[in-house]
Amino acid sequence: MECLKAEGVDVVFGLPGGANIPTYDALYDGGIRHILVRHEAGGGHAAEGYAKATGKVGVAFGTSGPGATNLVTPIMDAMMDSVPVVFITGQVRTDLLGTDGFQEADVIGITMPAVKHSIMIQHPTEIPRAVKEAFHIARTGRPGPVVLDIPTDLSKADIDYVPITDVRLPGYQPTTEGNVKQVRQAAKALAAARRPVIYAGGGVILADAGDELAAFCRADRFPVTTTLNGLGAYPAPDPQWLGMLGMHGTRTANYAMDEADLICCVGARFDDRITGKLSEFAPRAKFIHIDVDPAEISKNVPAHIPIVGDAKGILVKLKAEYDALGADPGRLSGWWQRIEGWQLKHPLGYEESEDTEIKPQRLIEAVYEATGGEAIITTDVGQHQMWAAQYYHYKRPRQWISSGGLGTMGFGLPAAMGAAVGCPEATVVCLTGDGSIQMNAQEFATCAQEAIPVKVIIANNGYLGMVRQWQELFWEKRYSSVDMGRFPDFVKLAEAYGCTGVRLTNKDTLVDDIRAAIATPGPVVVDVRVTREENTYPMIVPGEAARDMVG
Amino acid sequence: MGEPGVKEVLSLEDLESAGSVRSGRKHILSILVENKPGVLTRITSLFARRGFNIDTLSVGPTDDDHISRITITLDGANHPIDQVTKQLHKLVNVLKIRDLEPADAVSRELAMFKVTADGNQRAEVMQLCDIFRGKVIDVTKRSLVVEITGTVDKIEAFERNVRPFGLIEMMRTGEIAISRGRGET
Ligand SMILES: Cc1ncc(C[n+]2csc(CCOP(=O)(O)OP(=O)(O)O)c2C)c(N)n1
Repeated sequence: MECLKAEGVDVVFGLPGGANIPTYDALYDGGIRHILVRHEAGGGHAAEGYAKATGKVGVAFGTSGPGATNLVTPIMDAMMDSVPVVFITGQVRTDLLGTDGFQEADVIGITMPAVKHSIMIQHPTEIPRAVKEAFHIARTGRPGPVVLDIPTDLSKADIDYVPITDVRLPGYQPTTEGNVKQVRQAAKALAAARRPVIYAGGGVILADAGDELAAFCRADRFPVTTTLNGLGAYPAPDPQWLGMLGMHGTRTANYAMDEADLICCVGARFDDRITGKLSEFAPRAKFIHIDVDPAEISKNVPAHIPIVGDAKGILVKLKAEYDALGADPGRLSGWWQRIEGWQLKHPLGYEESEDTEIKPQRLIEAVYEATGGEAIITTDVGQHQMWAAQYYHYKRPRQWISSGGLGTMGFGLPAAMGAAVGCPEATVVCLTGDGSIQMNAQEFATCAQEAIPVKVIIANNGYLGMVRQWQELFWEKRYSSVDMGRFPDFVKLAEAYGCTGVRLTNKDTLVDDIRAAIATPGPVVVDVRVTREENTYPMIVPGEAARDMVG
Repeated sequence: MGEPGVKEVLSLEDLESAGSVRSGRKHILSILVENKPGVLTRITSLFARRGFNIDTLSVGPTDDDHISRITITLDGANHPIDQVTKQLHKLVNVLKIRDLEPADAVSRELAMFKVTADGNQRAEVMQLCDIFRGKVIDVTKRSLVVEITGTVDKIEAFERNVRPFGLIEMMRTGEIAISRGRGET
């Protein structure tokens, strides 16, 4: 416990079992808040939500065997989205290791490809250093999950706590300062570019470099787009903001990438959901790639100017170098004319219903209006996630919390829980689907018991909507196992768990109704029946080029 | 494809280009790692996950107890070596990686061959062994075990030559390599 406190931990999410009772015994009067979740995956995602909302390291506990295997999804999720979380699992006694003891699972082995690092404790005196190093590794460089596996006999041992003040990790020295020469090259390239685009990702948020990104983009009229995980890195809406790019990004953002002569990528990784068909991605562009992880550079798209380091410092330097060049802002006017042409011709939009039916896009707009654009939004995975990305505008980093890399259904509610615990002043809304919410709905009980006032808004289409959309578009409407009927009754479910349940059906009073639901104290579940077969557009067809977007 | 009538003024040609990702040659990676449990698994699991194929692998101690050396050879025609080394560097227990240029390194492998050698074949096998500066390390009525040390080429040449006699079993350690001393060659 002392080790955790020394790392600034004030809250832990978890669920006990035989192998970590010693740790839970220490929690009993250890002075750290513990939130008892109903499933370890809920605890893991809550720790992620906490980390994403606060920038601090999240902590999740699980017992050995099934407790630890239930954490595998959050661990992988944290790996894909570079979320700093320390997972502490109990393990069977050292004398039982390797014997298939009761509730033994090779946690280190199972999680190996899903962690930034993992440590198996072999002697009780190793614990303080291991904890120190786990937090250090989780939060520095490119953040990520670290697993600490502690056999129960070792966590029981009484050790003298001597604070550890240093880390001894000769093999771990992340580069933080960008190479000055490369930064200068990048500034020159930007000054010469006539059709530049700034393509930013979650790395900007992880580096707490939102202000620096905005300042840099405004050093000239650079058009900006971000990935799904980068939403909020640049304040939206804004005249220089093109919207999100990628599979369900705006046409403007994707067309701008397609025609750009220079793309400056900051903290993003050219994922396939961004590039579409790789061989046709941004065919005219040269690439500046700024990333703290050297392995990302030239992994998918070869970078002409690689800059390895922390985005915050680099963006400041890049702006200074750029300013010194005195580039002519007029050179971008032709480019902006072209961009504004796209913006006029292809705004994001949907067909409003003619009756009282609530369109899911309308629902997101209503949430935006009702929250004044100020809420922390978490999402699950599917169509609602994309609409939440498109129709809510994120003005600051850490306002958007979603499972981008792994696309984990069931992430939204526990993540909202973690965010609400980390930011008690904020309104936290989980925008979810009727499919995803059921993957961790047990956490309603946690919210009720701990009085965590998350507002869960379900865009209920009775389908595994995104899969249904793919079946409609690419599989001749053969709807195989995607219809979920009208089950369960979410209002009753919410009430059974001790939350407030509300059902909204009136389009005309939607904004006010949502405002009222959000103003209701405690956890609230809002079931909104939306158009069943609405599609998320526009869309880059998988394996096709971005310029051939449909819808 | 900019605005019609605007000519291309951008010249980024002086920028260093990304460089070829696949080198096309064989690579010997000499990796120093912390001598901790599971380190080898981390490395092999990383190769498996990223789809990199290991040709040979050998592990051994160094002059420092806390540090082991892993030598891996792989084919640069099939793998972006740059990605391989960058991903390896991300493992916390990996201390140092050297991509040894074949010209700047001396490499050796040890192999043992169990060969059918009865009657008059025996002399021929022993003669072959002599030519390759090998050693006979075990003899039975019907077979010989020969030890050969050398470059991969030499070992493969011996194998080709000895195969017609009847190769019962062969074992190879995988290459290890060390960089040449500076200015001494
Ligand atoms: C754990 C998990 N299982 C399966 C999927 C595949 N999947 C992606 S979106 C989706 C449908 C989600 O349905 P719902 O939560 O109702 O959201 P909607 O698309 O209807 O908005 C599914 C099944 C996934 N992403 N995660």
